[in-house]
Amino acid sequence: MPISVRLDKEKCKGCTRCVKQCPVEAIRVRFGHAKILENKCIDCGQCVRACPQRAKKAVADPLERMDDFKHTIVLPAPALYGQFHNLDNINVVLQALLDMGFDEVFEVAAAADMISDLTARELYERAFEKPVISSACPAVVRLIRQRFPNLIPHISRHIAPVELAAKIARERAVLRTGLSDSDIGVFFVTPCPAKVTEAHNPIGLDEPVINYAVSMADVYKRLLPLMKKSDNLPELRTSGLVGVGWAVAGGESAPLKKYNAIACDGLDNVIKLLDSIEDGQLPEVDYIELSACVPGCVGGCFTVENPFAARSRIVRFTGSETANTPVDINDVHRFWRTKRIKHIPSTILDEDFGKAIQKLKQIDMLTLKLPGLDCGSCGTPGCHALAQDVILGYADESDCIFNARDSMDGTDYLPPPFRRQGTENS
Amino acid sequence: MEALRLEFNIDGDDFQAAGEASSKTKRALKKLGLPPDTIRRVAICMYEGEINMVIHANGGTVTVEVDETAVKITLADRGPGIPDISSALTEGFSTATNQIRELGFGAGMGLPNMRKYCDDMDIKTELNVGTTVTMTVNF
Repeated sequence: MPISVRLDKEKCKGCTRCVKQCPVEAIRVRFGHAKILENKCIDCGQCVRACPQRAKKAVADPLERMDDFKHTIVLPAPALYGQFHNLDNINVVLQALLDMGFDEVFEVAAAADMISDLTARELYERAFEKPVISSACPAVVRLIRQRFPNLIPHISRHIAPVELAAKIARERAVLRTGLSDSDIGVFFVTPCPAKVTEAHNPIGLDEPVINYAVSMADVYKRLLPLMKKSDNLPELRTSGLVGVGWAVAGGESAPLKKYNAIACDGLDNVIKLLDSIEDGQLPEVDYIELSACVPGCVGGCFTVENPFAARSRIVRFTGSETANTPVDINDVHRFWRTKRIKHIPSTILDEDFGKAIQKLKQIDMLTLKLPGLDCGSCGTPGCHALAQDVILGYADESDCIFNARDSMDGTDYLPPPFRRQGTENS
Repeated sequence: MEALRLEFNIDGDDFQAAGEASSKTKRALKKLGLPPDTIRRVAICMYEGEINMVIHANGGTVTVEVDETAVKITLADRGPGIPDISSALTEGFSTATNQIRELGFGAGMGLPNMRKYCDDMDIKTELNVGTTVTMTVNF
């Protein structure tokens, strides 16, 4: 499974901070370096934020690829509008994107407006089994695909706003310019690495619709000197007041006030909520908006500004009206996924059921023998994870510092946090 | 094949902890690769049972046994017992106080839901001695 988070080995000290922060336990430290288990990683970017050495890097595509196309379209994620001080007119950003060299701009927020309209109508018509789970955050969709197979049928059938934006913008450009599809480059300005992975390997589409996903931080640098306030800027903004709000947690569900909608951000919170939904504990809920980052996409690891400052700026741009006339009922197929989301389990212990039970028992027994401190010194997220790695053959019991200490003759050294009162050893 | 056995103590005074046993069980069953629908049914039955034990019986124990064909859940408590099982199995029937209803519980769907989601349910109860509910979910 390709991912968009990489390790700079030179910078990694082998501390275990990222290991313990990873919400899906996808990192181990071995031989002095953190190693990402690619079959478990969902590209949420938590390790990028957690690393004090900045050794974890989220990777996006180079802006220079603009030169490969005859005609380029840029799709700014709405989180971009929250990155600038004193921005009172979104047209300033959109004009600067054109001045950077893109031939046209299509706002992801405008596509989000359309999806908001359609979602409200489908909820009204009760067109699907509730609760509907938003498909906008690819890290969340990857999490569900791995850990919550029962909830896969509840994921909204709509593609993500950026995918809809790419489809519409490309179709229009082909018609207007007469160029072939391959001459048109669609560039997404992304707030996070999960959306880079999604752009190249979409979960719900047979073919990618975005050519390149460029980092918001890279674009920010180029954009700043180009941004000019002016009284006679062209009206480039096509988004309404709802779509822009998708950049922050709560923005997507804001127009669904008539329904029982929940907004939840931060992957640990998301996991707890999905657990409750799976157990049938929240039968009244109609719609669930989930984002891996806090507080929503403005917290993505390609963003520049403090996420909470960015949120308050975004909120100033939002309101309750979308820009669109209602979506044409004959046109809704464009909004739908073309591919089914498949369950890709990452934690099954053994294909053979009897052996899986045996291994689970061994893991539980070994866990009881470990100190239960989840100290992380062994390079796994905790004692249970080490036990599982040992039984699956990826680690050794002696990786536990406490186990190793027991086998050292005549040594009873303990680091201060683990000493009992009244004992003196150093 | 030796069956897998998981045991949990349910603290009757800790509403916030109710649901922990079903979460842990769910995590274990996912590692075994059981069908997703089976796992969901087990989780629902167990969660409802746990909540019942906290509300009515001041806690108890939950035992989960897994073999090649089924998951068996046994909920045992030393609570007041169920005076009228058929009422308790009626949807909407509830003995919950207002205080408990304010917490969002006590809609009278506990036992009915448990019966709905398992394949087989057995209730043994004696007033002032306790209740043992056994549920089987086949796969």
